[in-house]
Amino acid sequence: MIRVQNVTKTFGDFAALHGIDLEIKPGEFVALLGPSGSGKTTLLRIIAGLEFQDGGEVLFDGEDVSSRSVGERQVGFVFQQYALFKHMTVAENVAFGLSVRRKGRPPKADIRARAEELLRLVQLDGLGKRYPGQLSGGQRQRVALARALAIEPRLLLLDEPFGALDAKVRKDLRRWLRGLHETMGLTSIFVTHDQEEALELADRVVVMDHGRIEQVGTPEQVYMEPASPFVSNFVGETNQLPGGIHVRPHDIELVASGGIPVVVENVFRRGGSWRVEGRIEGHGNVVEFDVDAAEPAPTLGDTVRIQPLREREFHKHAL
Amino acid sequence: MRRSTTESPALQIVLIAIALLFLAFFLALPLVAVFGEALKAGFGPFLNAVTAPDALSAIKLTLLIAAISVPLNVVFGVAASWAITKFQFPGKSLLISLIDLPFSVSPVVSGLIFVLLFGANGWFGPWLAEHDLKIIFAVPGIVLATVFITFPFVARELIPLMMEQGKDEEEAAISLGASGWQTFRHVTLPNIRWGLLYGVLLCNARAMGEFGAVSVVSGHIRGETNTMPLHVEILYNEYDFVGAFAVASLLAGLALVTLIAKTVLEWRFNLHGSARH
Repeated sequence: MIRVQNVTKTFGDFAALHGIDLEIKPGEFVALLGPSGSGKTTLLRIIAGLEFQDGGEVLFDGEDVSSRSVGERQVGFVFQQYALFKHMTVAENVAFGLSVRRKGRPPKADIRARAEELLRLVQLDGLGKRYPGQLSGGQRQRVALARALAIEPRLLLLDEPFGALDAKVRKDLRRWLRGLHETMGLTSIFVTHDQEEALELADRVVVMDHGRIEQVGTPEQVYMEPASPFVSNFVGETNQLPGGIHVRPHDIELVASGGIPVVVENVFRRGGSWRVEGRIEGHGNVVEFDVDAAEPAPTLGDTVRIQPLREREFHKHAL
Repeated sequence: MRRSTTESPALQIVLIAIALLFLAFFLALPLVAVFGEALKAGFGPFLNAVTAPDALSAIKLTLLIAAISVPLNVVFGVAASWAITKFQFPGKSLLISLIDLPFSVSPVVSGLIFVLLFGANGWFGPWLAEHDLKIIFAVPGIVLATVFITFPFVARELIPLMMEQGKDEEEAAISLGASGWQTFRHVTLPNIRWGLLYGVLLCNARAMGEFGAVSVVSGHIRGETNTMPLHVEILYNEYDFVGAFAVASLLAGLALVTLIAKTVLEWRFNLHGSARH
């Protein structure tokens, strides 16, 4: 059990974290989701011990590790740019954590065997003699992961693990990482600004903004029951209708009469539906919604009537 | 195909010609002259000049000074670059400016600073005399002046390099349980080795060739506190041209070796750099 209690952190005049409380259960896969500057990476680095909080505690299994260094916390950290040791081979990179051990360092042959085993695990067997510079982005990412797993971490921390990869590789790697997390029984926390990634991968999503936690919940809860206008806006797409009403584009249907009149400004295909962009008549609010592509596409300049199927209301004071 | 930034061929030729002429006149010609003068009377007198007891003693002293000041500045340079690039602390920009000080102060002034501190009439002069310690007009003074003059070389080379590399790899190493020393030894040092070697090379060349600051603190005692550059001057002033140029040619030879080594390093450096991601 990882527990973060009332953790605060400032950098000079900038308050990066205001009193963060968070609990992570063993075996969980948790996403810290937020825009840049939300404090998500700072929180991850504080949990790791790469950064130290100004106030509050970090507890691992009930033990206060606040004053422990990253090396003593036994966490696996995967850096955004992987931070592989360029002058070492892939196998040496993976073996690093074991070969620098001062107490109870395994014999050389065991270290080598362990590195090979880990490379097999991340599907890079046979590439141990290469240098990081000779690998693709996705392969480097997996070397970084194998290197972090070599020390048998009690917690795996990943900083924007897929940020530097192209879309296709990203998707494959995501699925694979999820599988690895499950088969190895890891407890993992990853940082991302990509809501899709967070919703797809995580057991629980922690939505952060301006150094505060806005909401903690399952992907379903965060998406369907956003706790604040920020969450509603940041996670998934949202239209803001007059009166503090938030509606998802797929929660809108066209009606023959009544509803809200919208002037169609743009229509394009998005997968199996038409994405329609328009403005509320006499209001000017931009609205986006989806219409089944089996239906004819709305004509530009026409006025259509829309009806929200599911909406959430956020009162002014909540902003 | 001509691009807008490409000058006309005639202008290109003129510019290249000017550059080459300038190089020939100010660099190649003097170098040839040094070796020419040194060997004018033949190889025998040249050999005699460089193996004369005073010349040998100057060569030994120069090597000794370099052997002491270069390692000191390697330690200082690495420590300063490490501190500046990996940590945040108050006074950091002041430290960066201070490192450049020896470059901006005239070497003679640098020498005088040490005379002011440790000379017979200096701040610590009486105390030193009481304890029978000699710094000025002795080897320790020459070492101090040389260390001062050469201390920017290594740090200047490493700071931009380490800044560019950031601290991700170091953080990765400590997160894997490496100690500070292991991190330095296995991660930082291999990453900076070419830059470090380059800095050492320049530092060494300057340590052996420094004249101004050393001249002030040395006292020019033949066979005792004369380094090679000082010895050249003495011989020249005594109209021993063959001797002066013979010793000077050794220094010029050092410069050539440094230049070649520097070129090789730059080549390795770039090769390494282009393989980096």
